[in-house]
Formats: sequence, structure tokens, C-alpha cells
Amino acid sequence: MDDVRLAERGVDADAKVKFECRGVQVHYGEKQALKDVDADILDRTVTAFIGPSGCGKSTFLRCLNRMNDTVASARVDGRILLEGEDIYDARVDPVQLRARVGMVFQKPNPFPKSIYDNVAYGPKIHGMARNKAELDEIVERALRGAALWNEVKDRLGETGTGLSGGQQQRLCIARAVATAPEVLLMDEPCSALDPIATAQVEELIDDLRESYSVVIVTHSMQQAARVSQRTAFFHLGNLVEYGDTEQIFTNPQDPRTESYISGKIG
Amino acid sequence: MSDVAPTPSRPTPARSLLVEDARTRRRNAAERRFRAYGVIAIAIAVAGLAFLLFTIFRDGSSAFVQTYVKIPVAIEASVVDPEGNGDPAEMQKILTMSYGRLLENALARHIARNDIQIEGLEDADLSTFFSSQARADLRRAVLADPSLVGTVVEHPVMTSSRVDGMFKGRVSRASAAIDAKTSAAQYDLAMALGARDDVRTTFNWNFIISTDSSDNRPEAAGLGVAIIGSFYMMLIVLVLAVPIGVATSIYLEEFAPQNRLTDVIEVNISNLAAVPSIVFGILGLAAFINFMGLPRSAPIVGGLVLTLMTLPTIIISTRAALKAVPPSIREAALGVGASRMQMVFHHVLPLAMPGILTGTILGLAQALGETAPLMLIGMVAFVTTYPAAPPEGFFDPASALPVQVFNWTQRADPAFFERASGAIIVLLAFLLAMNLLAIYLRRKFERRW
Amino acid sequence: MSPFWTIVAILALAALGYGLGRRRAMSLAQGNPRRLHSRPNYYGWNVALFAAVPALLLLVLWALALPLLPHGAASSRAAGILAIIIAVAGLAVAVRRTTPEFRARNAVEQMIRGLLILCSLIAIATTVGIVLSLVFESLHFFRLYPWQDFFFGTEWTPRFGGGSRLGILPLLWGTLYISFIALLVAVPVGLYAAIYMSEYATPRVRSLVKPAIEVLAGIPTIVYGLFALVTVGPLLRDWIAQPLGLGNSGSSVMTAGLVMGMMLIPFVSSLSDDIINAVPQTMRDGSLALGSTHSETIRQVVIPAALPGIVGAILLAASRAIGETMIVVMGAGAMATISGNPFEAMTTITVKIVSQLTGDNDFSSPETLVAFALGLTLFVITLGLNIFALYIVRKYREQYE
Repeated sequence: MDDVRLAERGVDADAKVKFECRGVQVHYGEKQALKDVDADILDRTVTAFIGPSGCGKSTFLRCLNRMNDTVASARVDGRILLEGEDIYDARVDPVQLRARVGMVFQKPNPFPKSIYDNVAYGPKIHGMARNKAELDEIVERALRGAALWNEVKDRLGETGTGLSGGQQQRLCIARAVATAPEVLLMDEPCSALDPIATAQVEELIDDLRESYSVVIVTHSMQQAARVSQRTAFFHLGNLVEYGDTEQIFTNPQDPRTESYISGKIG
Repeated sequence: MSDVAPTPSRPTPARSLLVEDARTRRRNAAERRFRAYGVIAIAIAVAGLAFLLFTIFRDGSSAFVQTYVKIPVAIEASVVDPEGNGDPAEMQKILTMSYGRLLENALARHIARNDIQIEGLEDADLSTFFSSQARADLRRAVLADPSLVGTVVEHPVMTSSRVDGMFKGRVSRASAAIDAKTSAAQYDLAMALGARDDVRTTFNWNFIISTDSSDNRPEAAGLGVAIIGSFYMMLIVLVLAVPIGVATSIYLEEFAPQNRLTDVIEVNISNLAAVPSIVFGILGLAAFINFMGLPRSAPIVGGLVLTLMTLPTIIISTRAALKAVPPSIREAALGVGASRMQMVFHHVLPLAMPGILTGTILGLAQALGETAPLMLIGMVAFVTTYPAAPPEGFFDPASALPVQVFNWTQRADPAFFERASGAIIVLLAFLLAMNLLAIYLRRKFERRW
Repeated sequence: MSPFWTIVAILALAALGYGLGRRRAMSLAQGNPRRLHSRPNYYGWNVALFAAVPALLLLVLWALALPLLPHGAASSRAAGILAIIIAVAGLAVAVRRTTPEFRARNAVEQMIRGLLILCSLIAIATTVGIVLSLVFESLHFFRLYPWQDFFFGTEWTPRFGGGSRLGILPLLWGTLYISFIALLVAVPVGLYAAIYMSEYATPRVRSLVKPAIEVLAGIPTIVYGLFALVTVGPLLRDWIAQPLGLGNSGSSVMTAGLVMGMMLIPFVSSLSDDIINAVPQTMRDGSLALGSTHSETIRQVVIPAALPGIVGAILLAASRAIGETMIVVMGAGAMATISGNPFEAMTTITVKIVSQLTGDNDFSSPETLVAFALGLTLFVITLGLNIFALYIVRKYREQYE
């Protein structure tokens, strides 16, 4: 694994547990997509989910902010605790949950609105700004946070769909950051981007770790190694191995992990 | 990456997920309201549909039954055969009016014999008790069989629309009292006969097969000519619109080069689909009747107008059906050396056939319900003779189902409204049958690639 | 010989030609089809088409040109005989041309291709026919009646004795007023129904409700007309108009507008349903993942994204409302008035086209010819709306393809 550059910083020793997942199972109709997953996801850490396609990594990610609720046939069992509270409790409103657990998708999906309105959308619906000045500030902070401010500050009124692919994805990240979430879920955020845009987004992910717990699903082992501190390997709906990125890539415990990262399966 | 913010927004202090905050509560209430609007909208649409169908069936279903009174009618020789020689030529001269007297006498005698006491019963109540159609029927029966003269026949006699309405509940005693064409006494008489079991209510075949009739006998008006007229027009549409529509679709979908002419044809078709139907009526009047000199009120003109109207529908659905045939089939056919023409006619067209059929049936259903253009080409005319068999019959005057409905709503006598609603039930039954056939075909031949 | 029997004779000749062509090809090839350029059937088809197509085309041309020729009856027989001669000649020529080397398949396919093109030109011919019939008679009308008075006149009082005033404005007012009320009913109901069905309804509910709403679209307008005349009109008059002192007429703008709105509901809802479904799911996911509720997603993301398409759908519905005839003939009344009271009877362009063109008409009087000018106006308005709407919808579709 010489070609893999590992993330420079390790896991914070005092990082708190953000998500505590116990016995998570997902069925789509009759088909079981995820089998009995136990995992803790840490705050202020980039956690990467890797594995061959159809292994359940995206399914698990979508459990964390209950996006699976939008799929009629999906059924989630087990317990997922966000800071000790079960997010699948009947009293939990997914709307409140998603305000705290943001998500960025595979394909950039800016709304057909102006750049400003794209970023201001979340803060507006959650009532985060008392006036225009505050909203302006939130938008600017989010765009800076997504490393997009300098590129778009003179054309905030233009439509978001007019940006380049990489800019669109960073706009989507800014949009997610603007609602001040605690966790940021990213579902293969670079798969639709060219290498330069990918590098920009990866750098951004590394910066985001300062403030958020970031979970990223990726099909690229190199990317997992570059940006994450913790890595989970999924295979056929099982969480096969989960540990520090360095350990997973240099000293995998499970033979399946070994063969995946050395390119034998996948 | 020079512009990374020094301090991105800090997550706000964690709120409990288990407690719904005030804002979320408000937002969820808005969510429920929004959903409710959707349910209300659907409820309005469905309720409107249900109310429409309910009123049509409430008003129209009684058109399918007809009330008859069964009394002995003496065919008095003094009235129908004054010469007493049984000469049919002489009897031909006796008008329908006189046969009315026979029925009147029969009713009067029936009342007297059975000791029915009605206050204020006048001669007019007796003469308007039966339909004027009943006299004509009686006359026809006697002329066909002169041996009836002098005998007593016991045919069911068709009642007038008012008396018919009394038995169907359409005419009440109160409304009869203020109606110039009937009276409370006639109502009492009708009820008395009803109580005596002299009344027969039968399925009204006449309504479906008879011709239209004049203003003063709504009880005899039928849909025969209209059904034949509509049927002829559907035949013409089927024979013309389907081949032309399918040919156009094949050309546009499989052969047409990308050029201006093709663009013009395409734009043309989508615009024709949205041209108001009445404009097609004007076209029919100006082009087919005034310019080409085809006869007014004829199914041929109606059929041509409806063909032009239906073409876009058929073309659009046929093209969709052709588009649904996967390219792999075309490539396979071309790959074994078929010409493009062979590919289309041997492979693509048979596979697209179910879709084409469904589209055609739906196009025909649409044409069957069209009214406005037919009014302009004279199909509102009052027609009491059946058109001949095709092809000559295509040029005879006829009516059409929907136009007949309109025609009846314009009559002075409100009894025609029952007929109009009944005619709509017939029209809807045809449409339902066509749609069910289309659904059946689609289900049966549905193919998934 | 009637045209019908002429056609039968020509088709019989074509069938005969099919047999002859096939037989001749086979005998020239000494019974071995492999010596022929094309399969034997094509030689048959070639002769059949040669016999039938030119003769039938002649008949059609003759039927179209008939009004321009003198002596209708005599030329009818002549045309029939000529057509049969042409059919026989075509048959003979094609049979003589049949040799094993003759590329029969190519010839047949060329002819079929020509026929296909001919058929697709009928659509253009229809439009040309509509435009010509409207324009010619309208010009005729404007020679008899000044166009300024037609387009700007506020009074509609046709008198067959002469001295009519034929101003279109009261009719236009009635048309637009009724269409406006119809859209007021159809747009919210249709749009909310579409939103509910595409965003909330379970597949089961959808499979029940969608066909029920589409039934509304399959009901002929005469049925709605009768409903307006017999049920809705009296209902509105007795329960609303009379108690409030707004009028005594069952036929009114409101009657026609409400019923027409009902007719347009499925039109708006099925078009909007398609358009809403075309909005990519990723857009909805993006909004939901930010913690917006379903309705916030619909109102602030899906609808703005679908807006151009929805506007197009509404314009198409408007064009339909303006051109609708039977509902207004039976529900709106015949009084040409300009008034704001929706419970008053008013009339529309289509009603007056019907009333001026049914019954006995005299095609030299302005009172009859005005119908063509009305038709032309209606055609231009609806065509403009349609072209604009189709343009918007097409642009919208391209955005998400």
C-alpha cells in the first residue's frame, strides 16, 4: 500500500462519541441490506466508510439522519443514539434530527435558486437569523467555511446551477454547513468531480474536522486514506472491520479487509 | 484554498431530540395543513365527479323504462271503417286523430265499468292520457291486419310523458295541478289505474332503437338515428384516421430526415391537437359543405371532420408506441439484412400494435363524444328516417349521440330532459366499453423489455 | 358508376395485378425464386401499387377539384372511367417491367415511402385548410363590415334585417371572465391534487385516485354542459344568486366557469403530475437532508423548479377554456353583456359561432360571416397560447434531460 498517503493527523485522544450504533439492521422489503452493525462514530473526526458497491455503506450513512425514511420499503431495526438519544425513538422528529445531522450527496444538487438563497435556505427554515444582516453573516460564514466565498462573493444573486461541478459541490457543502449541524454526512461527495475539484473538496473536509464530526462514504481507498482518521470496511451488508485508518490500511485484522484494500475483491 | 474561514460556525448547543420545540411544532402543523389541502383537492375532484354521475343517473335512468296502461280497446268499425267494407285503401284515409278517439272511448268505458270516481275529470284529461304515438301504433296495427276491426284488443297502450312521469315520481299531484298539459284529476286517474294493477312498466327498447320525435311526444323519442349516425362516423374515422395516422407516425418516427419540413409537420401536429374543436367544425362547413358540396347533416362530413380532429391523438399515441420498441430489435432486424422498410413492417410495427390499438380506441372514444363541430355541419337537424346502409347511407341525413342530447335539451317540453340524460347514459356506456377494451388490451399485451 | 364502385373496381384490379406480377416473376425465373432480385411477393406488390395508387390519387384530386369544374355529374362519370383506364394502364406497364433483374423491393419501398410522406402532409393540409377557410370568409366579412367596429365595438346586436352591430368585445369579455373562473377552480384543485398524488400518496391510493380523476377527462363536454344546464345552474340560482339578489338566471358566468373548471381539473393535474415527477429526486433529498419538512421542500424547492412547466400547463388549460364550446353554449347564456356580476348570463365567442352558423344561413350576410371572423380570432388566440405554452414546456423538459 505504498501509494496511499495517510491522513496526517491521528484521532484526537479526547474525542467524544457522537453516534452510538448497536445492532443496526436495514431491510428493503424482503432484502436485508445491513446486518447487525455496531459502531461508535466520534466527534471532530473524519470517519470513512469503504467497501465494494452494494455493501451497505451508503445505507448505513442514510440511517444516521433517517434519510431512509423517504424510501417507502425501508425498515430500520436496532438502536442509533445521537449523544445518548435514540434517533429512531417515536418522539423524534426527523426534521429536528436532520438540522443537527447534515448531508451532502454524490451528485451536486443545488436548488434552482440563487447562490445566496441556496445557502440561506436552511437557516431560513430553521429560523436561525433574526434579520437580514444576521442571515448575510451566516451565508458568508458558510461560504467561507466551504472555501467558496472568494469565487462567488461578487455574484451571489446568480443561479447556483450555473457554477462548475466542483463549485456546485462546495455550494452544497456550504448549504449543509449553514444550518450549523453537529455531524456532516457525505455520500461519495467527489465521485462526480474532476481531480482538481476533488482535491479542493478533500482539503475542505480536512478543515471541517475542526468543528464537525464528518462521515464520508467513498469508493476510493486512496481518498479514505487521505482524509479520514477512522475507517470502517463494509462487505455484503456486514461491518467487517472498523478502526483507525492507519491500522486498517497497514495492518488489517480481517482477511476480507486485506483482500479488498489490496485490490482482490471489489 | 486561501479563503478558508478561521472559525466556521460552531454547532449550537445540543437540544434534545425527544422534545419537539415550538418552531418544529409550528412547522409540522403547516405540514399537516398542506397535506390536508391535497386531500381536500382530491376530495373536491372526486366529489364533483360523483355528483355529476349521480345527477345524470338520477335524471336519466327513468328514460329506460316506459309506462303502459293495459285496457281493452274496442276497434269500432264506425270510426276506422265507416264504409264497412274493410277496404284497406279506404281505411288508409282515416287519420291518426280518429284512432285517438278509440283510445279515449276505451279509457272512458274502462272508468265507467270499474266504477272509478275521479273528481273534476274532464275530456281533455282522457285525450291527453295516452301518447299520440299510441294512436299511430294502433293505426298501423289495424291497417296491417284489417280483421281487427270490430274486435276488442287488449294491448298495453303507451302513456303520455306526463302520465309516465307520474308513475316515475317525476310529476307530483301538486306540479300536475299547475301544469297546463295535465291536471290533478289526471293524476288521480293515473293513481287509481295504478292501484287497480292496470299499469305495466317495461324496458324501453323504443328509446334505443326509435327515431327522434316531435316536440309534443317526448315519450316516443328514441336514439336510433343518432346511434346509427355515430356508428357511421366512427367507421369513417376508423377507416381513414387509423391508416393515415399510423403512416404519418411511421414516417416521422422511422424515416423522416432532420429537416425543416419534418419540424413543420411536428409543430403542426402538436398545434392541431390543441385547436378548439369548434374550429374544426368551421373547417368542415367551409371546406366539405360549402366548397366541396357534400350534403349537410351527413355522416360522411361528420366522419371527415372527426378524422381530422382525431388524427393528432392517434399520431401522438402511435409515435409513443413506436418509440417504446427498443433499438436492439431494430438493430437485430437490420443486422440480418432486412431493409429499413422490412424492419418497420415486420418487427417494429407488430410489437407496437397493442399501443397503437389502445391509442386508436381512446381517439375514437374522444371522437364519439365530440359535439360542437357536428353542430356546425348541420347534425342538429331533426331527422326521423333511418339512414340507408353504407356507402349510400354515409350521405343521408343523420344525427349523432352527443348532438341528439343537445337537441333534446333545447326542446320546450321539460320531459325531454329525461331523454337527454338517458342518452348520456347510453353515450357513457359506449365510452366505458371502449375504455375497458383499451385497458384490457393494454393489460393483455403489456410487454416489458 | 358511383365513386364507391369505382374504388372497388380499382382495388380488384390491384388484387389481380398482385397475382399477375407474382406469377410473371416466378415464370420468368423458371420457378426458382433465388434467380429474382427480390422475393416474389414484391413483384406482386409492385404491380398492385402501380395499378391502384395513381388511379386512387386521381380520384382524390378529382374530388378536391370537383367544385371548380363545371358539369358535376358528367365529369364524375368521366373521372371514374379515366381512373379505371389509368389503373389498367398502370397494371400493364408494371407487368411489362417485371423481369428477374427488376429491383422490385426497392421500387415498392420507394412507393410506400412516398405514401407515408403523403399521409404526413395531411396534417399540414388540415392547418392550411383551417387557415384558408377562416381567412377567406373573414376577408369577405370585413368587406361588408368595418374591422374597427368588429374589434372595438362594445355592442353585439345581430339583426337579420340589417343594421346589426357586431362588436366582439362583449363576447371576448364573457370568454375571458368564464375562463378566469374556470382556472380559479381548476388550477388550485388540479395542482394540489397533483402534488398530493406525486409526493404523498401511497402507490395504492395513487392507483385508485389517478384513474378516478382521469375519468373526468374522458367525459365528453356535452355531459358537463347538461350538468351545468340541469343541475349546477338552478342550484346556484336558487341558493346563491336569488337569495343575495344577484340575478335570476340559471345560465351564468359562474355556472359555466365552475363546470368548466371541473372539466379542466384532470387536465391541469395530469400535466402538473408529469412535470413534478420530472424534478429530480436528488433535489428533494438535498432539501430534506437540510431538515426541511416535506411541504417546505415542495413549496420552496420542487414547485419553483417545476414552475415553468406548471405555467405552461396552465396556459394550455387556459387555451382549452377559451375554445370550449358545449359548456358555455348550455351554461353561460346568450346575452352579450359586459358586466362584473358573475351571476349574470353572458356569452362567449364560441357560443356566437354556434348560434350564427346553425340553422339556415345566408353566406352573403355579415350576420353569418361574422362567425368566421370570430373563429379566426379564436384560432389566433388559442394558437398563440399553445405555441407559447409548448415552448415553455419544451424548454423546461430540456433542463432536466
